[in-house]
Order: sequence, then C-alpha cells, then structure tokens
Amino acid sequence: MTGPAYNSTELLICSAARLMEDGATAFIGTGIPMLAAMLAQRMQAPNLVAVFEFGGTGAVLEELPRAVGERRTFHRALSATGICEVVEAAQRGFIEYGFLGGAQIDAYGNLNTTTIGDHDRPKVRLPGSGGGNDVGSLCWRTIAIMRHDKQRFVPQVDFVTTPGYLSGPGAREAAGLPRGTGPYRVVTNLSVLGYHPQTSRMQVLALQPGATLDGVIENTGFELSVADRVEQAAPPSDEELRILRDEIDKDRFYI
Amino acid sequence: MEILDSGVGPMLQPPDLDSLRELNRRKPKTLIDKRMSEAEAITRFLHDGDYIGTELYGTVRCPMSLVSEIIRQGRKNLRVAGQGVLELDMLIGAGAVQAMDLTYMGLEVYGVSNCLRREVESGRLSPVVEWSNAGMAWRFKAAAMGVPFLPVRSMLGSDTLKYSSAKVVRDPFTGQPVCLLPALILDVGLIHVHRADIHGNAQVDGITGFCVEMARASKRLIISTERIVPTDEIRAHPDRTIIPYYLVDAVVEAPFGSHPGEMAYDYERDEDQIREWVEASKTPETTRAYLDKYIQSVKDHAAYRQRIGEARLKALADAVPTAGGRRS
Repeated sequence: MTGPAYNSTELLICSAARLMEDGATAFIGTGIPMLAAMLAQRMQAPNLVAVFEFGGTGAVLEELPRAVGERRTFHRALSATGICEVVEAAQRGFIEYGFLGGAQIDAYGNLNTTTIGDHDRPKVRLPGSGGGNDVGSLCWRTIAIMRHDKQRFVPQVDFVTTPGYLSGPGAREAAGLPRGTGPYRVVTNLSVLGYHPQTSRMQVLALQPGATLDGVIENTGFELSVADRVEQAAPPSDEELRILRDEIDKDRFYI
Repeated sequence: MEILDSGVGPMLQPPDLDSLRELNRRKPKTLIDKRMSEAEAITRFLHDGDYIGTELYGTVRCPMSLVSEIIRQGRKNLRVAGQGVLELDMLIGAGAVQAMDLTYMGLEVYGVSNCLRREVESGRLSPVVEWSNAGMAWRFKAAAMGVPFLPVRSMLGSDTLKYSSAKVVRDPFTGQPVCLLPALILDVGLIHVHRADIHGNAQVDGITGFCVEMARASKRLIISTERIVPTDEIRAHPDRTIIPYYLVDAVVEAPFGSHPGEMAYDYERDEDQIREWVEASKTPETTRAYLDKYIQSVKDHAAYRQRIGEARLKALADAVPTAGGRRS
C-alpha cells in the first residue's frame, strides 16, 4: 500500500479552499490561507474577494504572495488603501471569513500566538497577535488551520491571543465583541471541526482521508463532541493538486 | 464612564497631546530644504531611550537604511512600537531595544524571530506590552486625530487586552463594553517612501499600511525616499501626497533603502539576503557577524549598496513585472 499522493500542507490548503463561497469576502493572512484563496478562486469561488490586512482589496491573485503586504496582495486590486480602512471595514461587518492559525487552540477556539509559559518570562516567545486578534474579533466567521496534535489542541491555552468563544456561550457578547461573530471551522490534517450550536465547544464534523475518529480524539487534549453524522472528507482531487503544484506554487515556496 | 477592565501592561509612552500641539506649533511651516544623510538624521533626531516606530508591513517598504544607521551609531535602550520583520529583528538582534509595545514580531514564512526569542526569554527585553495590529494602528490614529484614545471593538475578552495598557469601559451611550486604546505618540517615526521633495512632501505607491496615521503620530519624523523629486512633480499630483512637508523633520535620499525588503513597483525583495539574515539570526555570534558585515563595517547606505552589488540590486528592479501598472 502506498501513502497518499499529497502532503499534509496540500491537504490543509484544499480543505480550507473548499470552505470558501463564491462572492464572499475573506481576510487572507500569510501562508496557507493565501494558497487556499488562490485555489478557491480557480475552483468554486472565482469571485472570492481577497482582503489583505495592510490595504489590498479584491486583488487578482495571479501570483502567490510571499508576504502579507507585498505587491501581489494588491495586484490589479480594486483598491489599495491601508490597515485602518481594511480593519474598519471588518469592524463594520463587511468581512465574512477570516483565517487564523496558532501554536495552541482550546475547545472554544481560543488561540494562542503570543507566549508559551508565563507571559512576562515566557518559555517560548511567539510573534504576538499580529492581525489575528482583529480577525478573530471582527470577522463574521473564522477558520483556524492547524496541525492536529495534543501539543496544539490543549485544555487551556497559555495565552488567549485571539478570542474564540472565550469561556462559552454568550461570553463574546458579554465581553463586547460584535454579535453573531466567532469561530466557524477548524481545518486539520486529521479532521474538519465545527462548534456545537448550544455549547460552543469544538465538534468533529468530518474525517480527513485515512484518519479515524479514535485518532482524532487521541490527538486532542480536551473532550471533543462529535456530530451526529461524521462525514468523510474527500482527498485532494487531481485537479486541485495540479492547480496547486503547476499554477499556484510552482516554486514550492510553501508546499 | 465605568471602567470594567484594565490591562496590566505599563504605558510605555503616555500620550501628552498638549505637548504635541506645542511642538507642532513650533515646526517650520515654510518650505525649507530638509535633505540630510542617514547619519545626520539619526544623530540629530534619534537619541538613546527614545520611543520609536517604523512603518512597514512584512518586508515591504522597510526603512532599512535608517535602521542600519541606528545600529551603526549604537543607540541603546530604545522603546519600540513593535510591528515588523527585518528592521525590528535587526534592532533587537543588535541589543538596541529595551522595551516594546508588541503586535507582531516574526519572520512571516520563515517562522518565529530568533532574536525576539533570545531577548525576551532571557528577560533582557522587558516589558513587552501586547496589542493587535489594528490596535497599534488605531493608537497612532488617535494621536493623529489629536485625541487621547479611541473606542474600538477589537481585543475585547482576550489576554492580548489583559497584557496591554488598554481599558474596557461601559459605553456611556449604549451601555455596551468597549475597548479604549490610548493614543501613541512616537518620539521618532521612521518611514520609507517612493518619492519626496526636499521639503518632505512624500508619496507612496501601492498600499499605505499605517503610514498615514504614524506620520501624524510622530514628534519627529524622518523620511527616507527612493527618489528626491522636484516640488513641481509633487504639485502635479497633490492628491498623492499622503505625508505633507510640515510633518517631516528630515528627508534622506536612499535608493534601495528597503533592501533586502521590497518596494512595490520599484524592486522585489531579495530572498537570498533575507534567508542569509534568517540563518544568521539563529545564534548571537552569527547575528553579530551579520550586523558587522552589512552594517557596522560599512560606512553608509551607499557603501552598503556596493557591498550588496549594483548588478544584484538592478536584477531585483528588473524582476518587477511591468503589468499591473503604476501611476507616476
């Protein structure tokens, strides 16, 4: 038996890309979200409006950006402005999707990209919020992209850099965050997860190819709920892989 | 207003709006020639212990020639508005930074910053006060508006807020909790632009990041520019002037001033040079060796360009596709 004909980065990109709807707005950060947005535009969502934090809106993503503010993020864009304009648009409710990542995530989708260990004398100093907190606070639906293991899926994050559902239902609104916003999906190499509508806790919606429910539970450091029917996610198609490898990331900068 | 929550982070640079007004009143409003070298600009306007900020996003439009001069002159105990990649990494690697308001310090696709990890995990760089990217930009915006704070709906409920110096209050109009971000006024702002005249009227091509806000939030503002252009060229397109002369204290001509970062429409970033820094930054010894080779042992930006090689720089400029267009 041979292994899959794709690597886990390609799997994450394809899974994230499939969540994008045509015509939606999406806040795109560096790395996998850029590739996912480009793939979505070439598949089911040609009119996906890519919004980049430092000012590019509606770029034609012909070439893969290597950084969040570089010229490809506003190549033939509809507008090239600045960070205040873009994040204020999110604050007014214009941005549907936001992508997030992190070193740790908990059952409520709270994310840590700041410190492991004590804040003032950390064991590991990570980059900090960047735009993460703004995306997690202000976009309607956020999608976290993570490798799935117990070091990352933890009972309690060391630092809540970016708010998920905080301590549970109603906590975001009580903190003053905009009504109706919050975590929507977590895409991992083992599964696609959502959040239970009543408890706001993470739940398994689908298994990635080759993964088992037991494997997902074993690699998660908190109790997961499981949807009534767990779907089987389709592997990356030949077409998706061809576009990724031959068109989007020919130089293998990311994949 | 009822205060519901307060961040525990110290206010590294308490805003003094009346002093800013008085300073701005004294700034020359006539069109004077503000050209000078990096060395003169840093000597005159940037001192040990200052609170400084650089305006850029990722590796784009980095004021590298100015930052190199800060390192060359051995400035110390700087407090920094921390949003950056290469330039901040080198300042931290050089041991020039004492404390930070931090939103993002990393190497983007190349991962976490080795210099930040070393300095913060050892406790040498402290305190670190947390913010979000927009949080920092909005703090500049408050200062740019000349008001003490701005209410926003980001950062709420998070440890980012807890370890900031923001406050959560009950909005006196709606009763909802809202985050108040204190204005951030820089002692010195450093911004690299595409073109400016000798008076400091500056124009940027492509996205503007947070330079509009930061320029107006700086007590002293040093502009480096790819090109000095005649004022008539500025006057031909006044709608493009996002930093007017009266904000500016120094104009430094610095072709390839963002290298190894990029400049939209002018030149691409130098991937090999960035990788060289990323590798070098992994240990204190190799960090010092890099800073010595490319900063300490070269006398100025012109000498740096020679060290990198004009042919290599030209190749970075030639690599910019003409499609996509630029407005001159």
